[in-house]
Amino acid sequence: MPEIVTGADVVVQSIINHGVDIIFAYPGGASMPLHQALTRYKDRLRTVLPRHEQGGGFAAQGFARSTGKPGVCMATSGPGATNLVTAVADAKMDSVPLVAITGQVKTKVIGTDAFQETPIVEVCRGITKHSYLVTRVDNLARVMREAFHIATTGRPGPVLVDVPKDVQEAKVAPDYNVPMDLPGYRVATLRAKPEQLAQVAAAIKLARRPVIYAGGGVITSGGSRELCEFVRKTGIPITMTVMGLGGFPAYDPLCLQMLGMHGTVYANYAVDECDLLLALGVRFDDRVTGKLAEFAKGAKIVHIDVDASEINKNKPAHFPIVSDVRYALAELNKIVQPPADISDWIKKIERWRQADPMHYDEDYPGILPQHAISELSRLTKDRETIVTVGVGQHQMWTAQFFKFQRPRTFLSSSGLGTMGFGLPAAMGAQAANPGKLVIDIDGDGSFLMNVQELASCYCEKLPVKVMLLNNQHLGMVVQWEDRFHQGNRAHTYLGPIDHPEAVGKGNGVGNQERYPDFVTIAKGFGCGSGLVREKGDLIDALGEMIAYDGPYLLDVEVPYQEHVLPMIPSGMTVKDLIKG
Amino acid sequence: MPRHGGDKYRAFAAAEEPLMRHVLSALVQNVPGVLAQISGMLASRGFNIESLAVGETEDPKLSRMTFVVRGDDRVLDQVGKQLEKVVTVVKVIDISAQDFVERDLMLIKVAAKLGSRGEIRELTDIFRGRIVDVGANEVMIEISGQERKINSFIELIRPFGIVELVRTGRIAMVRSTGRLRDDKDGGDENEPPAMRKS
Repeated sequence: MPEIVTGADVVVQSIINHGVDIIFAYPGGASMPLHQALTRYKDRLRTVLPRHEQGGGFAAQGFARSTGKPGVCMATSGPGATNLVTAVADAKMDSVPLVAITGQVKTKVIGTDAFQETPIVEVCRGITKHSYLVTRVDNLARVMREAFHIATTGRPGPVLVDVPKDVQEAKVAPDYNVPMDLPGYRVATLRAKPEQLAQVAAAIKLARRPVIYAGGGVITSGGSRELCEFVRKTGIPITMTVMGLGGFPAYDPLCLQMLGMHGTVYANYAVDECDLLLALGVRFDDRVTGKLAEFAKGAKIVHIDVDASEINKNKPAHFPIVSDVRYALAELNKIVQPPADISDWIKKIERWRQADPMHYDEDYPGILPQHAISELSRLTKDRETIVTVGVGQHQMWTAQFFKFQRPRTFLSSSGLGTMGFGLPAAMGAQAANPGKLVIDIDGDGSFLMNVQELASCYCEKLPVKVMLLNNQHLGMVVQWEDRFHQGNRAHTYLGPIDHPEAVGKGNGVGNQERYPDFVTIAKGFGCGSGLVREKGDLIDALGEMIAYDGPYLLDVEVPYQEHVLPMIPSGMTVKDLIKG
Repeated sequence: MPRHGGDKYRAFAAAEEPLMRHVLSALVQNVPGVLAQISGMLASRGFNIESLAVGETEDPKLSRMTFVVRGDDRVLDQVGKQLEKVVTVVKVIDISAQDFVERDLMLIKVAAKLGSRGEIRELTDIFRGRIVDVGANEVMIEISGQERKINSFIELIRPFGIVELVRTGRIAMVRSTGRLRDDKDGGDENEPPAMRKS
């Protein structure tokens, strides 16, 4: 006979039952019973208190993205719940397993516009994989079981569980092994058929100019090792999406780095000229393809993805295969043979690489963001390092210049593109990986959006490092202003409005009076901090940051005039590529 | 892709190639919010639904939704796959690819002044409809059948003055296999002989 417990206990015990040992939770009126329950299980489940629910949501993502386990965040009803919305939408776009638990007003007053009431299930309908409003405590154990199952299987995604306060308080004898009631949710069949894979193997054998285009699905499925074996067996060059970075080691000679809008010239040329495109765990996103009709125009396309609705959604596939990518690669590795002869193709790609390597002005007297990232990558090469980013130029430069060697080491809000992702994601990743070096490479615009999480990092003893590429501007928007709006500054300068930079005037790296004073801000939160302006001081400053015992912010003064290149303007083709 | 809105949709359809009409049948879990979930998904992805009918099935845990969607093969493929992805959707079939029976039920209130009632009644009989309510100045007619039959009836009755009209939306069911029939076009046994419009 199971013990009689409260609904809140059922929620907490379910989280523990699913192998999760950290939850990011911000309390409020409608979630107090849940928090009271959390204290009863604190030896098995650590509760990290973020300083904003959105920070908690992204921290849970950092936990999930760095470990592959489901991330769990919790908030109260109303504003607590709506503050989670961005993190939930973000998890949907990037297929991150996330279970978001919200308190709700008592069932009796639902629908009466009660204090702190929002219909959060309605709000989140289109941005969750599934969502529940639990109105009976008897259903709670089953719903929690289903929530974790749905979040983590097939194409992972966020699941919302909204629990009214009276359901949290109600007594129940839970059965955690209660059967799930999901007649419409099938994941067991998502495996490539042998005949499909035999066809792919045959196409590979015949290919003369094959390229692998690998995405987040490789990492999500845990298929990086299988991918490496596949590349080793076939000798086919590989390029990755932002979500795919780390899925294949960047130092490998067959790695063409990233493709797409800000991908390498040689990766984009290779995809343009290939005759066989092996698209693995990708969704043909517009930032990758540019103009769809011209993308890999002459190629036969093999598209393997776990989500059937991605196949033929944007680009018709000649070999459409609905399958877990890892499974498909593992099976393919058993039968695949290398293409007859692709040495000319490899040579051609090498010529492209020699002609247009990734580069920046190494003679620039100050610190260029690309330089800072390259140096950080070099300094941390032999350590287990997880990098998070915000959104914008610094994100793309990190994708371009940081050499990722292992899966789940680059955490980026790639699909939704949420500024402010970096710090809370780093916080979650650090909590999940206490022994690893976790660095948020951020921009000053993005960083400020969730700066409050410095408090969580300090108070929860999470020694996150922040390398702040501070150019006093919203760099990516500035870049587009420069390219497409004659450099007219439209609210993209982040300093006081009476500075000349606010209207696109001024010169050099920017106003000497930097705003805000991030070094002091970090100190105010109790974190270590430093400022670096001179190129010659960079290495030492980075060393100090890495060695610091506790959270640390390094404010790196960088010019705002740099553009992320190469660039294929939105909706255009490889012929329109700006090399720079 | 047009959003909901009939006129916009028709303009789109006229400009482009004629789009195939498909009848999709979805078996869904009979749980709160399932209709909102599905209609929300269809709206947010810009699919245009011409008709949607929902009701319980022989199994109280399941409901049946019948959609009429116009679109090319690619749109249909996406609608089907996106529906399948909704956790509460158990099964989706495009029944227009099969041999099926389709019905739509309409209640229509028609202005019936003295002198026109006979004619309205005659028309209703031809279409195998029934007059279910009679008021001082109007009659209510119940009529079921295929969409085009209902549409024909509406056009014929319009001159009398339509006061109010409500339709269930299309419901459909695949025929048993191996059954011998002669009404080849998935026809309507109730179809009156003289409904062709010139």
